[in-house]
Amino acid sequence: MARMNMIEAIRDALDVKMTEDSDVLVFGEDVGYFGGVFRATAGLQEKHGLHRCFDTPISEGGIVGIAIGMASNGLRPVAEIQFADYIYPGYDQIASEAARLRYRSNGEFSAPLTIRTPVGGGIYGGTTHSQSPEALFTHIAGLKTVIPSNPYDAKGMLITAIEDNDPVLFLEPKRLYNGPFYGDPHTPSVSWAKHELGEVPEGHYTVPFESVRKLSEGPDLTILAYGTMVWVAEAAAKDAGVKADILDLRSLLPLDIDAISTSVKKTGRCLILHEATRTSGFGAELSAQVAEACFFSLEAPIVRVTGWDTPYPHAQEWAYFPGPKRVMNGIRKVMGQA
Amino acid sequence: MTKKSNQSRLYVPEPPFRPGDTPDYSHIAVPANHSPRRPDPLCEDHETVEHATSLIRVMRFNGEAVGDWAPDLTPDQKRKGLRDMMLTRAMDDRMFNMQRQGKMSFYMKSRGEEAVSVAHAMALRKDDMTFPTYRQQGILINRGAPIKEMMCQCLSNAGDRLQGKSIPVLYSFRDFGFFSVSGNLGTQMIQAVGWGMAEAYKNSDGIASAFTGEGATAEGDFHYALNFASTYRAPVILNVVNNQWAISSFQGIAAGEGETFAARGCGFGLATLRVDGNDFLAVYAATKWATERARKGGGATLIEHFTYRKEGHSTSDDPTKYRPENEPEVWPFGDPVERLKTHLIYINEWDEERHDAQAEECKVEIRNIYKEAEKMGSLSSATNVNDFTMFEQVYEELPGHLQSQVEAFKEEL
Repeated sequence: MARMNMIEAIRDALDVKMTEDSDVLVFGEDVGYFGGVFRATAGLQEKHGLHRCFDTPISEGGIVGIAIGMASNGLRPVAEIQFADYIYPGYDQIASEAARLRYRSNGEFSAPLTIRTPVGGGIYGGTTHSQSPEALFTHIAGLKTVIPSNPYDAKGMLITAIEDNDPVLFLEPKRLYNGPFYGDPHTPSVSWAKHELGEVPEGHYTVPFESVRKLSEGPDLTILAYGTMVWVAEAAAKDAGVKADILDLRSLLPLDIDAISTSVKKTGRCLILHEATRTSGFGAELSAQVAEACFFSLEAPIVRVTGWDTPYPHAQEWAYFPGPKRVMNGIRKVMGQA
Repeated sequence: MTKKSNQSRLYVPEPPFRPGDTPDYSHIAVPANHSPRRPDPLCEDHETVEHATSLIRVMRFNGEAVGDWAPDLTPDQKRKGLRDMMLTRAMDDRMFNMQRQGKMSFYMKSRGEEAVSVAHAMALRKDDMTFPTYRQQGILINRGAPIKEMMCQCLSNAGDRLQGKSIPVLYSFRDFGFFSVSGNLGTQMIQAVGWGMAEAYKNSDGIASAFTGEGATAEGDFHYALNFASTYRAPVILNVVNNQWAISSFQGIAAGEGETFAARGCGFGLATLRVDGNDFLAVYAATKWATERARKGGGATLIEHFTYRKEGHSTSDDPTKYRPENEPEVWPFGDPVERLKTHLIYINEWDEERHDAQAEECKVEIRNIYKEAEKMGSLSSATNVNDFTMFEQVYEELPGHLQSQVEAFKEEL
């Protein structure tokens, strides 16, 4: 075991896979010599060679495009998109090509590639460095979309992603890189060094996608969250004095709907959290699936707490972010106290 | 080319001739002996700048092969090329007619462009991966892919290796170095660059060859491909098949009228060749040059194949609605089958009788294969494709939500 923050855990996963499998290549904007703007690939070029960890032109469509060609030719490319906000030029290659290649060739070609990209706010990134576009990807058949919330999961899930024979979009909540974030930017930040999920096994291990992680157990309500909101949920439930099943979804597609519905049938109440904009967000899908599976067990309407339907503002970052107050209000609402 | 006066203050390019006009291309001079010289395949990229704006030709219209691009092909190889082109054309004709009879939803012919695919394939190694569009079926024919399986794919029947998942002509034949064809245009250029980079990474001397029509060079993917191919000196050939027409839009819409498509490669520091796409020997020679450059570490080549799409874009459009009906006949670069035939006759390796007999033979061969293919189903009878296969190959393994949907679909039956 070693103490790692989330960046170190991601780097370690890449290092482990690059060491054991020469088919694994890592590339993206500034990932080579410099080691990435968030340092996720620092040292990998020096250790594994220029041809295994290298810089690309600023061209997300090109980055995903070469990854498809490499993956279909037997390699295991791991591409970094510097911010999820920049992923859209690569969207056609992801949606029309990577996700469809296996299907349209009836399994003759496939694209086992991993795309890593930082998501979410909390670093004053404004409209172009804060987005959470997961719902634009969970709508794509043939693609898997996953999002870890801590170093242990980040390493294990990234290894799972690289070994998966289908394309995986690996979303990294950038606010969690250095420590869990409980939603209040004015309290001193906490480091993963002091958190049990900052304990990361050395070497190879995997965390399966379709397996929600239960942070806490309680009879009062079920809180569905992923990424940064997992930690906000934990803090808010504590402050609200409720005992909740808090489920960290880990994977959005595929989704562990069985674990979700088992919990909601037990508690009868469901609160859904995400940082992304509300309308047609992934919470809408979760809400629909919970309603379909658990309607007769529900004691209150399902409640969603999300970012507003605006672009992610700069100065108003914390007014946009679904922080503890909004989550607490959501808890009261779903508990019938509001 | 004469440019029409434009009454609009916003300039919008128009082709020189529209339906009702008498197309006149007599001003286009196409001398074969003015082809730019053949440089060493490992030359500096700027030594091919001249090649990007002129036209590499080998065959004169009388059939004589001239110049230093004339390839060292045996008469047998040339006859094989001729037959592959004729077989491709016979298959296209048959499939087009069968589409008209309702046997399949759609078809796309490659008439006029057979040399681009057949000669190109002949110059590649069989294990070089091609990333074709829907108009390079000649590659499969040249490489000996099973024609019956191609037909079954178009018919989406029980013999379709893709089990009905793709529309006709979007073939996938990995064993024949034929990458799954995407219906989204231009996307595969950059994927081919990635494939080539993987070959280089694996220390293989395999190369990739990608195709786009001139229309889709306007897509970003084309520019990604040129840029990445240049940056990483990828062992690829990037082919632009300039057949003058993107459905109903003439080539001036894709790129303006100022410069050739090949010239786009110069700015990226790529070797660039512009070749008469109706000249089988010239296409072969240009491709061979590019393969040698790529295999020896010289990097990528952009080739513009200057040709003409003699038929509609697909079975879904009527070309007489947007261009003069006789334009295909008066196009000054002739027909690729006729031109190779003329050459073979010129060198006393072919004659009219043999040619006619071979045309009939191709027709019969295709008819017989088609009959066998249609026995396995068609749209007008029953495709015999199992509906449940639509849930397969979305992912390697069926995820939970799709398992539920399989169950839900069973309830519909």
